[in-house]
Amino acid sequence: MEKKTLFDKIWDDHVVKQVEKGPDVLFIDKHFIHEVTSPVAFLGLEQRGASVLFPEKTIATPDHNVPTVDQEKTIKDKLSRMQVDRLRDNCSRHGIELHDLGSAHHGIVHVIGPELGVTQPGMTIVCGDSHTSTHGAFGAIAFGIGTSEVEMVLATQCIMQTKAKKMRITVDGQIGPGITSKDIILYVIAQISSSGGTGYFIEYAGSAITSLSMEARMTICNMSIEMGARGGLIAPDQTTFDYLKGKRYSPKGEEWDHAVAKWQDLHTDEGAEFDVEYHFAAEDIEPMITYGTNPGMGVKVRGNIPTGTDLEGSNKKSYIKALDYMGFQPGESLRGKKIDYVFVGSCTNGRIEDLRAVAEFVKGKQKAENITAWIVPGSKEVEKLAHEEGLVAILEEAGFKLRQPGCSACLAMNDDKIPSGKYAVSTSNRNFEGRQGPGSRTLLASPLTVAAVAITGEITDPRDLLLIEEEYGVR
Amino acid sequence: MAYDKFNVLNSTVVPLSTENVDTDQIIPARFLKATERVGFGDNLFRDWRYDSEGNPKEDFVLNDPTYSGKILLAGKNFGSGSSREHAVWAIYDYGFRCVVSSFFADIFKNNCLNIGVLPVTVSSDFADDLFKAVEENPQVQVEVDIEMQTITLVSTGRSESFDINPYKKSNMQNGFDDIDYLLNIKEEIKDFATGRQ
Ligand code: SF4
Repeated sequence: MEKKTLFDKIWDDHVVKQVEKGPDVLFIDKHFIHEVTSPVAFLGLEQRGASVLFPEKTIATPDHNVPTVDQEKTIKDKLSRMQVDRLRDNCSRHGIELHDLGSAHHGIVHVIGPELGVTQPGMTIVCGDSHTSTHGAFGAIAFGIGTSEVEMVLATQCIMQTKAKKMRITVDGQIGPGITSKDIILYVIAQISSSGGTGYFIEYAGSAITSLSMEARMTICNMSIEMGARGGLIAPDQTTFDYLKGKRYSPKGEEWDHAVAKWQDLHTDEGAEFDVEYHFAAEDIEPMITYGTNPGMGVKVRGNIPTGTDLEGSNKKSYIKALDYMGFQPGESLRGKKIDYVFVGSCTNGRIEDLRAVAEFVKGKQKAENITAWIVPGSKEVEKLAHEEGLVAILEEAGFKLRQPGCSACLAMNDDKIPSGKYAVSTSNRNFEGRQGPGSRTLLASPLTVAAVAITGEITDPRDLLLIEEEYGVR
Repeated sequence: MAYDKFNVLNSTVVPLSTENVDTDQIIPARFLKATERVGFGDNLFRDWRYDSEGNPKEDFVLNDPTYSGKILLAGKNFGSGSSREHAVWAIYDYGFRCVVSSFFADIFKNNCLNIGVLPVTVSSDFADDLFKAVEENPQVQVEVDIEMQTITLVSTGRSESFDINPYKKSNMQNGFDDIDYLLNIKEEIKDFATGRQ
């Protein structure tokens, strides 16, 4: 029998038809929409006189531009309000399930999908947002699409795409204390570069990956797109099943047993071929931070910015431009640099596990004076748990305040903007010029590193505060 | 959304050699708040084009009257980052019909083909040649022929062929999009969905 990768199995199972010398028509199981990339799609749909083919397969939530304070009041910004109102209107007219502001499952679309159990192994999932790759953590093919494709999925529940090439990234071993899955993925991107995954769908494997929780796996898959890959996925296992059991949309009773039996087949066959393979050792991975203006420009927190002497021509130009923007010098060390803002949140690291890690880290400590801290839960559910588990109390004690759920400073479409020229260490996924507000300077890092920076006010290896120096040795 | 048919494009070129241009630069997030597809061209490369007071920055190529045309000649890894199709709307609305680069980000390229902007991938050598030619003479003409799948630097006659999926090619030539195709096979899709249950 033909040996297939996990990606092949799911993809092939969803091909409605192959267009001769053209793309595949791929059936989509679940479609998420939000207020920013959907209004024009609905407009297009109506202009064509088409309707939503399977309204029950689409789920909506406003997340990108919503305020993170006073959410219960009318949104002040007129354009944001119009987009959110339009989403409400479109959902009610077309019979689409909406998790509106303030409701129990409101939140960032990639956080609520898994929480609700909508995201399941073996599915095809799309959304007009590139970090749809997050859902790949459940062993699903999940990727971002453009607005035309949003319209396409609404109208036909299909999209047309050529099958991506296949890459496998294996990370074996065990990551040390103070190191998280965010560090794994920042490390991998620094190795492969921000365009090294272009044209590929990535499967993550190896003991360092399979030992991770679902939350941590989502962080990994989330950032696949930052290598240019279309998406990333991880074979489902007991951790996946345990996470999904009892979730609102998870199968129940006998159906659950059937589903698990089916999901257990979702893995890459022994001997199946990938177009490219990478192997990394978990022991080489330390807390990571970015110094430049794309996520591939990452180094160890303890390391130095590359000197760039080996670069030539246009690569050199881009490198200099990035450092100029960041206000950094080639070769300098990052540790000890003063920081102005920290941001904990986003679909990369705004889940309950991230808040737990931050709370545990700052417990009994105090926020540095020079730091403005924004802690934004990924969803209402995360917010609720953070209260119930006493995390909010711990955070407040340390001088932090929790805001309300949304994308917030990850892309700064609402009021949460880092001022021009200021430095932010952020748990989000993009450090592009102006991403967190015009002129803002973003350094990406793990929730633990961000917590450490919040306490000291400067770039800090979290392990320095964890006092585990003797365990890992100074490198 | 219907767009103009693409056949042969003969035009001068606007060069933007910066590498790794992400879609946040092409159109910053704060301009995504539209509920209709209008006015995006005005905000193309907004923060590179205007200072914080809204005055044009002289050294940015779109503000340089020396360069104009329907072809954007871009640096390597163009269109990375966010999947926002608004980036391509901005490019199209500004008046570009074709983007040339030695390397495109995936979703961006897909979005281009969906709304009638032709992404032409050339060798880095050819891209260098184009940049040089435009630098020497901003009036230099480039011809993009979708039927022949060629891009030609008219002054020297140097030509290179480019790849395009035959299906996408015929769409571009006819001004069709995928939705037209899919709506035509809706019954097949419904049967497929029923079969999966
Ligand atoms: S949190 Fe950031 S990356 Fe995630 S969906 Fe929102 S804007 Fe996109």
